[in-house]
Amino acid sequence: MTELAARTHSIVVERVMPHSPDKIWRALTQSALIEAWLMKNDFQPVVGHTFNFRASPIHGWNGVTDSEVLEIIPHRRLTYSWNASGDQAPDGLKTIVTWTLTPCENGTRVRMEQSGFRPQDETGYRGMGGGWPRILARLEEVSSKS
Amino acid sequence: MPIAPTVLFSALADPTRRAIFERLARDGAQTVRVLTGHAGVSQPAVSKHLAVLKLAGLVRDRRDGRQTHYSAQPQGLAPLLDWISLYGAFWRDRFDRLETLLNRMDQ
Repeated sequence: MTELAARTHSIVVERVMPHSPDKIWRALTQSALIEAWLMKNDFQPVVGHTFNFRASPIHGWNGVTDSEVLEIIPHRRLTYSWNASGDQAPDGLKTIVTWTLTPCENGTRVRMEQSGFRPQDETGYRGMGGGWPRILARLEEVSSKS
Repeated sequence: MPIAPTVLFSALADPTRRAIFERLARDGAQTVRVLTGHAGVSQPAVSKHLAVLKLAGLVRDRRDGRQTHYSAQPQGLAPLLDWISLYGAFWRDRFDRLETLLNRMDQ
């Protein structure tokens, strides 16, 4: 493992969904469908295609994510970059998002891994003005269980 | 010295303490007397809560004559609001939305 890889972190979210891989693949790769659950975008399912995800700008973040399609294995795996854009590009996030679909008994196991977070990204404190009450509510749940 | 997340967790796990912190974050600096009026507990109890919040780096105090004004230090939350909690919460929310969409889609 390289030194760089050793010092980065990933987030993994995984869930079994009672739907076919084909149907989930469409939701992951058709621009209008992606917008319905993720963000506005100009995604095309073509390796090398560069595109943006666009959210509403909030304090400290212009709302834009720069991406490039890195890998497509239809109905199995989709990988794109997920990077800070504009002024924030030089110092901001540089991550990779990988979607993996695996058929299983109850439908499809959907796995999302966002990798490449560096220690210096941890101070990414942006836009939490309205978000932290929710996080605090979660903290109470977590700590009451522990 | 950085505050350990466990100190922040326990400081904010108490609902009365969290309400005091949220009030300070929302309304700006206040005295113990004013805070007590809202907290529903005694003034010594509020003072005790403020001391815990201060130790956790979430509250700062400033003497002004006989009055002490307390203010929130929201940046004290930073160790909790790291990218893991930000992006973890973000993606779980998007997974929920993806499932909602899939339920609406035809085969």
